[in-house]
Amino acid sequence: MSEPILEIRHLSKSFGNNEVLKDIDFTVSKGDVTSIIGASGSGKSTLLRCINLLETATSGEILYHGENVLRGGFNQSAYRAKVGMVFQSFNLFNNMTVLKNCMAGQQIVEKVPKEEAKQRALYYLDKVGMTPYLNARPHQISGGQKQRVAIARALAMEPEILLFDEPTSALDPEMVGEVLEVMKKLAEDGMTMLVVTHEMGFAKDVSNRVVYMAGGIIEEEGPSAEVMSNPKSQKMREFLERFLQ
Amino acid sequence: MGNLFTDIGKVLEKYGLTYLDGMKNTLILAVVATLIGCVIGFFCGILQTIPYGPKDHFLKRFFLKLLRVIIRAYVEVFRGTPMILQAVFIFYGLPYVTGIAFQDIWTVSIVVVSINTGAYMTESVRGGILSVDAGQTEGAKALGMNHFQTMLHVILPQTLRNIMPQIGNNYIINVKDTSVMFIIGFMEFFSVHKIVAGATFKYFPSAVLEMGGYLLMTLAASVLLRWIEKKLAGRQSYELVNLDQLATTAGTYNYPGKGSPFDERSREFGGEKR
Repeated sequence: MSEPILEIRHLSKSFGNNEVLKDIDFTVSKGDVTSIIGASGSGKSTLLRCINLLETATSGEILYHGENVLRGGFNQSAYRAKVGMVFQSFNLFNNMTVLKNCMAGQQIVEKVPKEEAKQRALYYLDKVGMTPYLNARPHQISGGQKQRVAIARALAMEPEILLFDEPTSALDPEMVGEVLEVMKKLAEDGMTMLVVTHEMGFAKDVSNRVVYMAGGIIEEEGPSAEVMSNPKSQKMREFLERFLQ
Repeated sequence: MGNLFTDIGKVLEKYGLTYLDGMKNTLILAVVATLIGCVIGFFCGILQTIPYGPKDHFLKRFFLKLLRVIIRAYVEVFRGTPMILQAVFIFYGLPYVTGIAFQDIWTVSIVVVSINTGAYMTESVRGGILSVDAGQTEGAKALGMNHFQTMLHVILPQTLRNIMPQIGNNYIINVKDTSVMFIIGFMEFFSVHKIVAGATFKYFPSAVLEMGGYLLMTLAASVLLRWIEKKLAGRQSYELVNLDQLATTAGTYNYPGKGSPFDERSREFGGEKR
């Protein structure tokens, strides 16, 4: 096994009395493509948001190369810059063009010189096939195109790991394919990815590990081929059956 | 009616330049104070929205809470009292308490109107920030931007566009309401009327000029603001960029070996075979 990038240890999260995540434990290693699947409300998205510090975990540890990111005084901005995030609702900056969206993080956070930032942005926009649209504004392009730009924006920071929060759930059916295609290409290039998804095909064929969550705990996890075709837990079997109907 | 026009003519002949001077002063005061008021508003808007959580240090939480209380108090006091009174209060109050008098009437006038506008703008900016989708903040945070970077590069540009009509409102209100500054002796447009009417007793003709003058200033402002709003909205169209001729997207026909856009159609209608 290669070196772990993220180790989640005993992570819990409560909203008031409602415990959404209970004692979550798992590890993401370099090159892993992990799918997190499960019914709505099982805590998948909350887990991802806790990892990217958009939600503050109630207890537990998140180790990034062995260092706990939840302790006081940790440089959260630098951590976030290296842990990319792709959102369900894209969250492209509405006041910037496609190109500027992909340059902003580099220039503002990493202080990359303008010309270099532009070259890097163009490289990744080309990777997701959005070069022709670099002068468009987010409201002028389709959902699938927005999500591809959002992926390029995250890639332009040259992150060590990319988190995807249901990247295709807000898309029209005919646009799901183009986004999954880009993600598949990334996986093949060896990008470390953690993907919350309802796309069982992606979980089975593209990712190499699957985590199944139910009721705020990890019910089952393992190599995707094994877990997806032959789940041990009764709950997961029922979940997959519902999806295949 | 004939009388009215001759009276206006007489007044203008003698005091025309004084009216113009008053208009100039009113406009300068309104523009400068609205701009400073906007800066105050955006500044308070940024400070007011610095996030803090239960896990932050006690002193940080205390300081940020105190900051919000101070801004709140500032807004309530200056939004809740008449500007004419604020002018008197500051103009006479400061020398009374500190013994330092204002060097000139411009400074004190700009200070009073700016502070007053700032109180309104702080609320407008707060509303404008709230109206920007929370996803924008999350997108910026996820790239590693801190609060100030997020505000400066992502949220406030969008806020500015959203609250442009409010800024316009405030500016037009300022053009009119700076007329209360006559109370501390600032020579704006309305105080010209008081002088002229006092000297000539031509109250109505002068009032007609004043009405026309104020309307002219506010209408010009309306037109200008609409234009700025349009500029801020950005271009409504964009051009596809072709950095690499081979990477042409589907649906366009002009890549090598594909001929002209009319090829398909001519074939369809039994044209030449290729």
